[in-house]
Amino acid sequence: MYDSPLRKTEVDTNASKISARDVQVYYGDTHAIKDVNVEILDKTVTAFIGPSGCGKSTFLRTLNRMNDTIDICRVEGLIELDGEDIYDKRVDPVQLRAKVGMVFQKPNPFPKSIYDNVAYGPRIHGLARNKAELDEIVEKALRRGAIWNEVKDRLDAPGTGLSGGQQQRLCIARAVATEPEVLLMDEPCSALDPIATSQVEELIDELRENYSVVIVTHSMQQAARVSQKTAFFHLGNLVEYGDTSQIFTNPVDPRTESYITGRIG
Amino acid sequence: MPVLWLILIVLALAVAGYVAGRARAISGAGDDRRALHSLPSYYGWNVAMKVMVPAFLVLIVWLIAQPFIVNTKATSLLPESAIPEGSTLGLVMSDVRRVADGLDLSVAQGLLSAGDAATLTVGGSDIRAMLGSAGVAVGTEITPEVLAAAQSYRSTNATGDLLRSIVVIGLGLIGGALALAQTNPDFRARNAVERGIRAILVGAASLAILTTIGIVLSLVFNTIEFFRIYPASEFFGSFTWSPSFGGGSQLGIWPLLWGTLYISLIALLVSVPIGLFAAVYLSEYAGPKFRAVAKPALELLAGIPTIVYGLFALLTVGPLLLSVFGRDGLGWMQAGTAVMTAGLVMGIMLIPFVSSLSDDIINAVPQSLRDGSYGLGATKSETIKQVILPAALPGIVGAILLAASRAIGETMIVVMGAGAAARLSLNPFDAMTTVTAKIVSQLTGDADFASPEALVAFALGMTLFVMTLGLNVFALFIVRKYREQYD
Repeated sequence: MYDSPLRKTEVDTNASKISARDVQVYYGDTHAIKDVNVEILDKTVTAFIGPSGCGKSTFLRTLNRMNDTIDICRVEGLIELDGEDIYDKRVDPVQLRAKVGMVFQKPNPFPKSIYDNVAYGPRIHGLARNKAELDEIVEKALRRGAIWNEVKDRLDAPGTGLSGGQQQRLCIARAVATEPEVLLMDEPCSALDPIATSQVEELIDELRENYSVVIVTHSMQQAARVSQKTAFFHLGNLVEYGDTSQIFTNPVDPRTESYITGRIG
Repeated sequence: MPVLWLILIVLALAVAGYVAGRARAISGAGDDRRALHSLPSYYGWNVAMKVMVPAFLVLIVWLIAQPFIVNTKATSLLPESAIPEGSTLGLVMSDVRRVADGLDLSVAQGLLSAGDAATLTVGGSDIRAMLGSAGVAVGTEITPEVLAAAQSYRSTNATGDLLRSIVVIGLGLIGGALALAQTNPDFRARNAVERGIRAILVGAASLAILTTIGIVLSLVFNTIEFFRIYPASEFFGSFTWSPSFGGGSQLGIWPLLWGTLYISLIALLVSVPIGLFAAVYLSEYAGPKFRAVAKPALELLAGIPTIVYGLFALLTVGPLLLSVFGRDGLGWMQAGTAVMTAGLVMGIMLIPFVSSLSDDIINAVPQSLRDGSYGLGATKSETIKQVILPAALPGIVGAILLAASRAIGETMIVVMGAGAAARLSLNPFDAMTTVTAKIVSQLTGDADFASPEALVAFALGMTLFVMTLGLNVFALFIVRKYREQYD
């Protein structure tokens, strides 16, 4: 389980990017996240694992305030990005989401051309001075998304016409194009076949050079392959958080051990 | 036997058939319903259906066919000489029917015995006075030919009614008996009922289609009739609309078509932005509580009869516009009835069409697209403008085209709000009129129905029909072509 060829480097930075302290999330009367404390490091892939409904996706969505779009959702506690409270009244959630990008479980390309999909973020944030610069940004993002070679001849074709795996890589390229500092990925491979999955995983490992990546996954092999840090959630609690190698070989909490060996889930 | 009784008898037969079929199936299975192929009620329905369907079908056909046959027979009794100078066969035939009705009434009131009614002759008594005392006034003196035709009319009708009752009840009995004979535990009653239901549904659907075809055909034949007496080149080529029932009228369609399009254009300019923005607000910004109140309230607008909108145009909007643009204000407007009045009010009428359909379409855009856009740091209005509206565009275009075809076909608001003058003008504060309003004014009134001034209504109707049909087909085409873009 721990023999992935992708692991090239160990955790090489300890700079904290996002720190969460005593975070509580409520959906109406349901207490979905309880007392979560976590430090997410820069230039690191952090995996959130845990059984369905344990709150890992909910917690992920609190990190870029995507839960704001849900009326009944309420967040308490402190979440800081680079030392600044992201739930402060002065923070514009729209600016925050430009810094903390997100890739979703189901590929969701816009019904536009491939080019316009990727250029969407740079255009609304005004990142390019002219068309040539925009072309450059799009090409760079598509290369980062490891899909440039497949689509470079048909940038005007609709993004919805691509295969599932290509669509997901297009969505990653789209998220990368806005130059976020953190990339949140909510089960990005759950709708993909093994080949597309391995392409996306390679991509995640490359993205680590520039970004802090947080990935929610149901596949423990995937968590072990791509991440350096792992957090195990169970019933809304953060049970254990540590180096991936330690979580998968020598878990402290008995619940973690039960889960990664397949006894609970 | 009256038709109502006939229907009740067939229904009673069906109920009896249901009970009998059910009982027969259960007893055939030795009181063990598990041995039946279908549930017992299916055997009952099978019998009831086979009683009702043929009987009612024949009844309907008979009800349509009998008057034709009776009429033909009575007509054949009228010699050429029985039709007075300056009259027509149709007028004489209506006399015949009145006399026949009068005889029926006289018999019913006891003024005449049934036998006397059949053998009555003109010389015997003053039939006209007798019919008058029975409550039927006959205009002219009754000739022997008319009386004979009326008597034949009555007797054929009576025979027809009797035969109809016998045939319908007989068919019901035969159908029921055959179905009962079929009924045994192995009979697949469930499948038979399924086929029957399918046939009934197909019948309902084809009836709707046949009616449409009937409407179109009646339009087409009358339109052809019109073009036979009025040149098509004049109709499509003249820019003047001045019908005069004394003859020598000019019936050019362009002033009417221009009025229709101008009013529809203003109506769409009002309704499309307001309706679309309302839909965007309701589906994207409004909270669930406000939405629960506002959406039905907006749809209430669609339920207001157009005559009420017409009153609103005539009494409120017209005077209001007049006070601003009229002689006391800018001086562009002569009277309260104008293209602008009708267009504004019609636009208000169309708002719910646009907003309700667009709202449904915007809601059908998957949430994942919104999430994707928000996740990239887009604001709500950026998301709506760049992702949601493009994705919903085909549906919205469809909604707008449907609203346009409503606008083109609207009558009441135009009659009351736009005036009656057919003119070609660019000033939206002038009174104009539309195709629909002119159809009404050409057909109501005491015009000779064979004159081009009346028949032109059908050509106008045909033009409208072709226009709205074209718009609807185009709307469907747009919706179909782009529908699956985000699925």
